[in-house]
Amino acid sequence: MKKLLSFLLLVVMVVALAACNSDTSSDQETSPDDSNDTPDTSEQEAEGTSDEGNDEGGLVEIFSWWTGAGEEDGLLALIDLFEQEHPDITVDNAAVSGGAGTNAKAVLATRMQGDDPPSTFQVHGGDELNEGWVAAGKMQPITSFFEEQEWMDKFPEDLIDMVSKDGEIYSVPVNIHRGNVIFYNMEVFEEHNIEVPTTFDEFFEVADQLQQAGVTPLALGDKESWTATQIFENILLGVLGPDDYDALFSGDIPFDDDRVVEAVELFEQTINYVNEDHASRNWQDAAQLVANGDAAMLNMGDWAKGYFSNDLDLATNEDFGYFPYPETDGNFMVITDTFGLPDGIDNEDDVKDFLAVLGSVEGQDTFNPLKGSIPARVDADPANYDEYGQDTMEDFTNSRLAPSLAHGSAAPEGYLTKVNQAVNIFVTQQDTDNFINTLVNAAADLQ
Amino acid sequence: MKQEISTNQHLERQPKLNKKKKISKDKLMAIAFLAPSFILIVIFVYGFIGWTGWVSVSNWNTLVPDFSFAGLKNYIYLFNDYRFQADLRNTVFFTILFIGLVIIMGLGLSTLIDQKLKGESFFRNIFLFPMALSFVVTGVVWQWLLNPSTGFNQFLQVFGIQPKWYTDTNILAGFEWGSIEFGLPVAIIAVVIAAVWQMTGFSLAMYLAGLRGIPEELREAARIDGASEFQIYRKVILPILTPITVSVVIIMAHISLKIFDLIYAMTGSGANFVTDVPGVYMFETTFRGNYYANGSAIAIIMLLLVAIFIVPYLITSRKGDN
Repeated sequence: MKKLLSFLLLVVMVVALAACNSDTSSDQETSPDDSNDTPDTSEQEAEGTSDEGNDEGGLVEIFSWWTGAGEEDGLLALIDLFEQEHPDITVDNAAVSGGAGTNAKAVLATRMQGDDPPSTFQVHGGDELNEGWVAAGKMQPITSFFEEQEWMDKFPEDLIDMVSKDGEIYSVPVNIHRGNVIFYNMEVFEEHNIEVPTTFDEFFEVADQLQQAGVTPLALGDKESWTATQIFENILLGVLGPDDYDALFSGDIPFDDDRVVEAVELFEQTINYVNEDHASRNWQDAAQLVANGDAAMLNMGDWAKGYFSNDLDLATNEDFGYFPYPETDGNFMVITDTFGLPDGIDNEDDVKDFLAVLGSVEGQDTFNPLKGSIPARVDADPANYDEYGQDTMEDFTNSRLAPSLAHGSAAPEGYLTKVNQAVNIFVTQQDTDNFINTLVNAAADLQ
Repeated sequence: MKQEISTNQHLERQPKLNKKKKISKDKLMAIAFLAPSFILIVIFVYGFIGWTGWVSVSNWNTLVPDFSFAGLKNYIYLFNDYRFQADLRNTVFFTILFIGLVIIMGLGLSTLIDQKLKGESFFRNIFLFPMALSFVVTGVVWQWLLNPSTGFNQFLQVFGIQPKWYTDTNILAGFEWGSIEFGLPVAIIAVVIAAVWQMTGFSLAMYLAGLRGIPEELREAARIDGASEFQIYRKVILPILTPITVSVVIIMAHISLKIFDLIYAMTGSGANFVTDVPGVYMFETTFRGNYYANGSAIAIIMLLLVAIFIVPYLITSRKGDN
């Protein structure tokens, strides 16, 4: 009997200890951080803190996948700015590493399903937001907040449409990346006397010329197949134009339309010009081919520009140049990171304070030059940006915006997953009918 | 052991009435100690297996949970799916090659090490070391070693051979099966090399322990009977090592059927899904595509695959106990 008693006592003690433990941990979370350093990313486990919002000195948990060079600097600078303006609010930087947010999105999905949303989180504008979290009823509209801040005319209309569903705005865009750019090695182009191609025909002529000279015309690293999907979406945009590109994803044009077939054929022709070991490379490895001069061109979102100039130390318009994807000049394939207001948090006012900083000119000009993106606002100061940034900002204001498929803006994640699979198969098999069939079948997911 | 003996003595000495009371107290203690872990396992292992099974027959294929009953829709979808068919093919060939090579290498190396050579522990440690690494590390290392434009190929250039390793999209001896070509995907060989490199140490350790457990008298007896060394190996040693082989097969099978980290770090899904496996598909379709029901169906199929190996083992080992 004695043994049993002592065992029960042990159980009670363990339970008590566990209870104490959770008490102390929540104490720590509410007390202001002693070290005045920027919040430590290693403290990601400190989750579920949003309950403490009503205490004096609230806490805002910012969930993102900005852990890479440049983007992390941008985020930390933004947090610094926010903490200067709101010294009473502590920021918890809950970033989850993993390129393109692959891990972060999984963590986010789990937390949202478990009704434990972060205070605010990074999400691409477009269907990833609208057909994902908004359709699932997990976001609060912030239209009135936009009006309060007088932001309605500070962001391009096309962009506000991308973060709106049924007339309500749901998130604040912080940056813009462009998807329809081709970066090229200027030395290689000069050496072979090549002009920048503007049409598909010119592009293939140039590619033939390069191939004959023994240079890989187009670098591709499709170890993750979205990089190939990105080429396909640019060709789609080029063939269809922005209106019909939108119509394709809203279901008004079927995926077996003749022009889609034409785009697939152009896509097939294009991927015959890529490096042979594309399946073993990621996009950075592919960018290195261009940097070394082994390949001439690379289609990649313009985060590749940051990679060229920061990681590889190449000079813009000296070592590498850039031009819009053939036949997409005047269009802008938008990838925009946005932050919204999740449903079920109780520190709404603190989060709105953060969103206000995020959407301000000062906030955007703090974040974007470091991240290597351009501001989502039209009235930011171009002087803060480099040559490429200024060029892109001009294009951004003068172009029609198109949502990116490969980054979840044009279609829901479920459809994108299936397109990526189909692209992966197509790159090897090059079976147009099969590819079109898969696109048509998967389109059932688009409603 | 000690306890058993003492209770036995107890039982013999105590009159019948007391015996009943003693047992119930022992039982109570046993139950009290087992209960927490039992309850936790029932909820967090079997409960969630059941939950996964339930999700796999539901319509939950978006961010919004939808538990309406879908029957076997998700399973039918998967078995018609190009990617999943490719996954099953890859799993079959990966498992066969992986287990086969791990056994052959483990047996061969342990036999060599068992020859009482000098520096035996040195070699043993060398072969065991890769086991200390995680599959992710192995994956990253072998990704570069077997990268067609770096690694081994730089050396093989001298001989004019340039294998494409895990980027090879060829299927050996393929024939049409469903929507895929069934045959040995060349790319999977690269993954097998990395996995075998890592896990050979384990089977080596198992076999070495087994070999050490064989008494010298048995070999002596066989020699006196006039058996050659090869015959001794074939007729005496290998049969004694059978239980070890069974254990190695079971353990390797459950690793290879559930493999995820090595593939994820080393090759990804591969062009045309030549190195894709159900684990990777499950992760991507569930957490990227939000196809929760499809993902659960993949998980259940993986569970059944592992059960094919584990259940017969459990049944035979229970018979052994009786």
